[in-house]
Amino acid sequence: MKDKDQELLLEKLVVINVGVSGFADSLEQQEVEVIQVDWSPPAGGDEEMIDLLEKLL
Amino acid sequence: MASGFVIRKNQYYDSVFLMGVNKRLSQAEGVLQTAVLMGSDKNKQLLVDIGIGGDEITKANPNDLIVAVIGESAQVVESVLRELDHALHAFEENLSGPRIHSLEDAIAEKPHANLAVLSIPGEYVLREARKALEDGLNLFIFSSNVPIEGELELKELAAEKGLLVMGPDCGTSILGGTGIGFANVVNRGSIGAIGPSGTGLQEFTCQIHNAGYGISHAIGTGSHDLSDEIGGITTLQALEALEANAQTKVITIIAKPPGVATLALLLERIKGCSKPVVGCFLGARMETAEWGDTLAWAPTIDHAVLSAIQHVDEKQELAKLTLTNQERDLATNARASWTPEQRYVRGLFAGGTFCYQSQLILTEASIMTHSNAPLDPKNSLAHPDKSLEHTLIDMGDETYTFGKPHPMIDSTMRSKRILSEGRDPSVAVLLLDFILGYNASMDPVGDLLDAIFEAKQMKQQQGGELTVVASICGTDKDPQELDLQEKLLREAGVIVFHSNAKASLFCCELLKPVQESVS
Amino acid sequence: MDIKQKIEKANKETVGRLTSGDPVLVDIAPAGEVIPGLEGMMITHSGPPIEWGRMCGAQQGAIIGMVLYEGWAANPDEARAMLEKDKIRLEPNHHHDAVGPMAGTISPTAPVWVVENRAFGNRAFCRQVEGRQQFGEFNEDALDGLRQWRDVWAPTLREALQKMGGLELNPIIIQALQMGDELHNRHSASSSIFANKMAIAISEADIPKERALPTLYYLVGHNLIFLGLAMACGKAITDPASGIEYSTVVTAMARNGTEFGIRVSGLGNEWYTAQAPVVDGLYLPGYSAGDAGLDMGDSAIAETVGWGAFSLGGAPGILTLVGGTPEDALEHTREMRKITTSTHPTYRMPALGFAGTSVGIDIRKVVQTNINPIIDTAIAHKDPGYPIIGAGLVRAPIDCFKGALIAFGQKYNN
Repeated sequence: MKDKDQELLLEKLVVINVGVSGFADSLEQQEVEVIQVDWSPPAGGDEEMIDLLEKLL
Repeated sequence: MASGFVIRKNQYYDSVFLMGVNKRLSQAEGVLQTAVLMGSDKNKQLLVDIGIGGDEITKANPNDLIVAVIGESAQVVESVLRELDHALHAFEENLSGPRIHSLEDAIAEKPHANLAVLSIPGEYVLREARKALEDGLNLFIFSSNVPIEGELELKELAAEKGLLVMGPDCGTSILGGTGIGFANVVNRGSIGAIGPSGTGLQEFTCQIHNAGYGISHAIGTGSHDLSDEIGGITTLQALEALEANAQTKVITIIAKPPGVATLALLLERIKGCSKPVVGCFLGARMETAEWGDTLAWAPTIDHAVLSAIQHVDEKQELAKLTLTNQERDLATNARASWTPEQRYVRGLFAGGTFCYQSQLILTEASIMTHSNAPLDPKNSLAHPDKSLEHTLIDMGDETYTFGKPHPMIDSTMRSKRILSEGRDPSVAVLLLDFILGYNASMDPVGDLLDAIFEAKQMKQQQGGELTVVASICGTDKDPQELDLQEKLLREAGVIVFHSNAKASLFCCELLKPVQESVS
Repeated sequence: MDIKQKIEKANKETVGRLTSGDPVLVDIAPAGEVIPGLEGMMITHSGPPIEWGRMCGAQQGAIIGMVLYEGWAANPDEARAMLEKDKIRLEPNHHHDAVGPMAGTISPTAPVWVVENRAFGNRAFCRQVEGRQQFGEFNEDALDGLRQWRDVWAPTLREALQKMGGLELNPIIIQALQMGDELHNRHSASSSIFANKMAIAISEADIPKERALPTLYYLVGHNLIFLGLAMACGKAITDPASGIEYSTVVTAMARNGTEFGIRVSGLGNEWYTAQAPVVDGLYLPGYSAGDAGLDMGDSAIAETVGWGAFSLGGAPGILTLVGGTPEDALEHTREMRKITTSTHPTYRMPALGFAGTSVGIDIRKVVQTNINPIIDTAIAHKDPGYPIIGAGLVRAPIDCFKGALIAFGQKYNN
């Protein structure tokens, strides 16, 4: 079996775009299947919570 | 103040709905108070309490809708009551699709996804990227400021899983004809490319397209991939993938000089490669003996383009990078209009690789340049905002982009700098780059045109002439309309090239006599 | 098993209990006769524990109303003086297996709904739902509603209920969720179904017309009557899901108009509190946001079991509360799925393709996603002495969940 990175060059791209929505827009213009994630920092960026969640979730 | 009401017989709504209608009505300008309610005894008493009463109100029953308005004027009251139906029916509007807020949700929604593109603050990249890799996704990480040990961890994890991590700090990739990030629209073909730099890949792929050839895949690796800390993990994977890729006939690597150990490793791998490789390691010094049979060495991107094309089309001759006589004359004429004081070039770049390559070419011509991103640290500017003699500035450097949009998107910083350079009587040449393609400004030339005009005017007021030299990185298929962009520049008296290397060479030509007189 | 696996296992158990509740209305009885520990001159209230001096205006008003209703004081001033001198014991409903809407006040002679969770054998209690005293109004008119409930409506319903031998509530809940109720702010369907059942029972119980008729009028005209039952169900369902070691699932959300508090299954009976939030709402004529008190009531027990705003997408009738469209409401409901552990096998919403309601709020997911649970709610005045002034939506404050998560880490991660 080929590595997935090699398959990537042969397959149709299906993209999850996390962050800047313009990147998703330009992919859509190229008729690529893309889903936009309106991302925000985990735990609202609260470091203490992020550390705790790392252990618990 | 005026008031009024309407009663709609047997038009029953529940009170919660009516509270919403009430809110809408009360937001109209000039409205002091509104009441939208059914005609129950309790509600009718409420109306009396706010001064709305009379026979009609008394006679209303609990199935009758009463809408009362108190406003600043009779017109206000009348218009609000006239718009009542609108308010009653306004709740059907504003439909919007569901939104996805996390990578996990997106994966659940699209389990067949094969690539995640991350453009989130650097400190959060590691966590999201790990999740993506765990779920079998390849990565394109646009984000910068990811700690190097984090990058190493991700790339090792990815390599283990046979996945590709393009980035962090990856600007461009073109996979099977699809541009990701800042990418130009180029023909498909048999030339493969790998590179840590976004603009380097953009310049290469555009020139391949403009020469009538095409790209199989262009794989961005992220700006740190060829450092010795990372050891070129992504570059090596990309090389392997392109080697295995039937469509790809030649592989080009465009990069600033890799780490010493990494370059050695890479060269070793290239020696064993079953396909020809063009290596453009801008400014790296290497003995011919070390190249091996499969590697063609290219000192500039333009050389790499020619060399790659030669591998897919033997008819092509490997031309030298030179100026035409016409271009030389153009330089002579431009120079003639300068004042004696005018002697320096100021390069203001949106593309980091362009800043780098221009420095190389100018240095090669013995023109010593200062920069905020210098080839040699000893030529570093004390302050990036203060140009010194010949100065080339990477406007995409962190000093200018921290918390601000990149100059490829937003021209504000570059406009300002153009004006301040125009004001400086010692400046003779302004060297610019314009980058087209997806996600770049839709009118990069138009964004800077005012500043260019004004700078030229200032120079004329000083009795001289500002020579503006520009390179455009783009193709006729880009969304910005290459022809139009170029026309705008030429009409503004800008000397335009389709190559940063050519534009830089032209600057050398412009400065040659000055340089000779200085030295 | 590592801690994450222990949590997953515990949460599965907790949600298993939350989704297997079998609530049955078994009685409508004076609180003092049925609620454990409610005795003497004592009033229970909504939300986490709070003393008189820190209570908000509406809750103080409601408690004054209760003191007058019980006849412990002759007038509001006297009641206030007694309360200031701590002559009346004040404790949270939640500490007595009970819940109450808004100020939530329960005193010994006030009849309460008694709901038994047949799957676990526990009982829970909720007071009468009305639009005045529970919002802090304490004049004679407002108290009359309580007296009617005590003297006529509740005893009549009780008699009818006893004749029926109890009433299974799951069938009503399931039906109502499919008829556009979200069982917090909208109870049009559930109240009608309940009224139908009770009307027949009242007729069959041979109750004299002078009591039967006013009770029927009350029953038929009160389209939030089922809220009290739904809340008692919620409490009866959540109590057996409490105290499961390692579980990060929320078992109570309750507000007293000063503080918002949550309880978490794996953290026992401890409250994790933050300042009560401001409700984003719509106001009845004559009132505005400037009059509003902060978020109040035990009714968020509805959201704790997956109703209310967690089922908003299935209740388009109350969309105007969101100030938006059916799509917004669906979005709220979908959003809540991101912070919950599971969906309910039998509580389903046609509008979402008969998807189960989201159930089992996980404090880890709330903190991780920064998506705060949404709650449908009513709005009381900031000062004592007013009836309901509006309704709207509110988000549970994140600090409750962060506080609970820290405590959880300290308890289990060391």
